[in-house]
Amino acid sequence: MIADVNTIAVYALREALRRKVLIVVLILTGAFLALYGWGTAETFDAVTARPDEPLVREQTVVGATLLGLAMFVTLFLGTVLAVFLTLNAVRGDAERGLLQPLVVRPMGRVSLLLGRFFAAATVCGGYVLLVYGIAVLLTGTLGDFTPDDIVGPGIALAAAVVVVVGVALLGSTVLSATANGIAVFMVFGAGLAAGLMGQIGEALNSDALEDIASIAAWVLPFEALYQQALHFLTDSTQNFERVIVTLGPFGGARDGGPLLWPWAVAYLAMVWAAAAWRFGRMDL
Amino acid sequence: MAATAPALSVAGVRKRFGRTSALNGVDLEVQPGQLVGLLGPNGAGKSTLTKIACGLVRPSDGAVRIAGHPAGSAAARAVTGYLAELFRFPGWASADEVLQLHQRLARSPGDDGERAELLARVGLSEARHRRVEEMSKGMQQRLGIAQALIGSPRLVLLDEPTSALDPAGRRLVRDLLVDLRGRGVAVLLNSHLLGEVEQVCDHVTIIARGTTVASGTPPDLARPGGVEIETEGGTQHFPDATREQVPDLVAQLVGAGERIYDVRVVTGTLEEAYLEAVAEPQP
Ligand SMILES: Nc1ncnc2c1ncn2[C@@H]1O[C@H](COP(=O)(O)OP(=O)(O)OP(=O)(O)O)[C@@H](O)[C@H]1O
Ligand SMILES: [Mg+2]
Repeated sequence: MIADVNTIAVYALREALRRKVLIVVLILTGAFLALYGWGTAETFDAVTARPDEPLVREQTVVGATLLGLAMFVTLFLGTVLAVFLTLNAVRGDAERGLLQPLVVRPMGRVSLLLGRFFAAATVCGGYVLLVYGIAVLLTGTLGDFTPDDIVGPGIALAAAVVVVVGVALLGSTVLSATANGIAVFMVFGAGLAAGLMGQIGEALNSDALEDIASIAAWVLPFEALYQQALHFLTDSTQNFERVIVTLGPFGGARDGGPLLWPWAVAYLAMVWAAAAWRFGRMDL
Repeated sequence: MAATAPALSVAGVRKRFGRTSALNGVDLEVQPGQLVGLLGPNGAGKSTLTKIACGLVRPSDGAVRIAGHPAGSAAARAVTGYLAELFRFPGWASADEVLQLHQRLARSPGDDGERAELLARVGLSEARHRRVEEMSKGMQQRLGIAQALIGSPRLVLLDEPTSALDPAGRRLVRDLLVDLRGRGVAVLLNSHLLGEVEQVCDHVTIIARGTTVASGTPPDLARPGGVEIETEGGTQHFPDATREQVPDLVAQLVGAGERIYDVRVVTGTLEEAYLEAVAEPQP
């Protein structure tokens, strides 16, 4: 079983490499990080050039906002990668006749699905951690901001992208490749919209909006994990700085509370079980 | 028990896809070392039956066992080799890499040697390191056949394996099938090429509209069509006569004063038998 999962994972990774998906994402990432580094340096120059008595520590606000932006882009690029690595895993490959020769081998369908999942989760999770790490470094060296918690946001962000991998894999058992890609991006967009709604709710003091947003974030826990990651960023920042940071442009920084992690794991398990059930009953 | 079990046994299998009924109770057996041809018109259910045997499609009813194991179980899949009618290998992989992947998945103890031998048997030795996307359709089908034989399966299911092959390739596959039979491997061959089936198969099953309409050895199915004797007065046809009766018939005619120019024993072809078997029943 483990050997089979491993074989399929290696196969999926080689496919990604040869199909140049990884290369394209890496080029995009390089471009983003270069721009990010440049922007960070410029912004912090502008901030420190105004030495008048600040109401809040401007570096924190600027740094957290910039890093929040970097995390948003990281999650987005991670999602692009996740979708490309899994969009055709089941239906797409079955329609092209790629899946049948593999499925008739003794390993069975669950191992195949596990292999695809681990390959994509490892690549996307690792990718997100790497890009996040580089962004933190850039913000610390070119700018002047280090998050209160360096590791936490990275882990939450990686977990968010792993959830996206699970959702995309489930989607691939129902939809053919293109439809699945579109659907996953729409779900991802819905999560973002929920985050924005929460922010607007907070600004307008609308409990209803905030409730809808938080329900949506739990239904799509990659959003809750993303908010958690933003929250970790300024965990011990207090008072007015915190208010400003929380109102950053890319979704609210909300603490998911103690239930977030167990829920994310349970959610992934349910998505996974649904995918395995669906795939197991499919006529190919 | 499992030692005497047929390599493939299909009993009363039905399959419905929504409203379409693809199979309405088909029975079939393939013994070790037997080469069975599965014939039938487009849409008859041949591919569906093959897919049920290798666990890709779940039957709605009936029992399918492979060497005594239920079809679709890991034990059944471990002894089966399958070439799908429509399949594709990843374009980025080379022939050798495709076979290597399948060796791992089939848990084949074979190594480099097995791959080289299989590629040679399907005439792809030269293309061993060529990528699939750079191969012609027929080359890919040859690679598919090699893939189906990885790990020395006891049962080989081939769904139109020669549809894209050139005449030499078809010849190669025929020889390969005969060789497999010699090694005690059971083969189920789906094909529309009646000549091919007639040449190599020990047994033929014809299905139409999801049911078995004829079954037997090729000579049994292609039953004799009588004797034709050319005389001065024209050709005389004896539809029920057999080869054994020819001397008597000739003697009779000569005795009656006829002059004989030619005698032909008419043998029906598998094609005729096939067309008759699959003909729509007249209302
Ligand atoms: N996945 C599917 N969904 C719905 N109907 C299907 C499906 N697969 C096959 N069928 C139907 O089942 C019947 C049998 O199809 P099958 O592919 O087994 O025929 P076949 O004998 O292999 O034909 P051919 O000679 O054209 O390959 C057809 O009526 C077909 O439309
Ligand atoms: Mg077919």
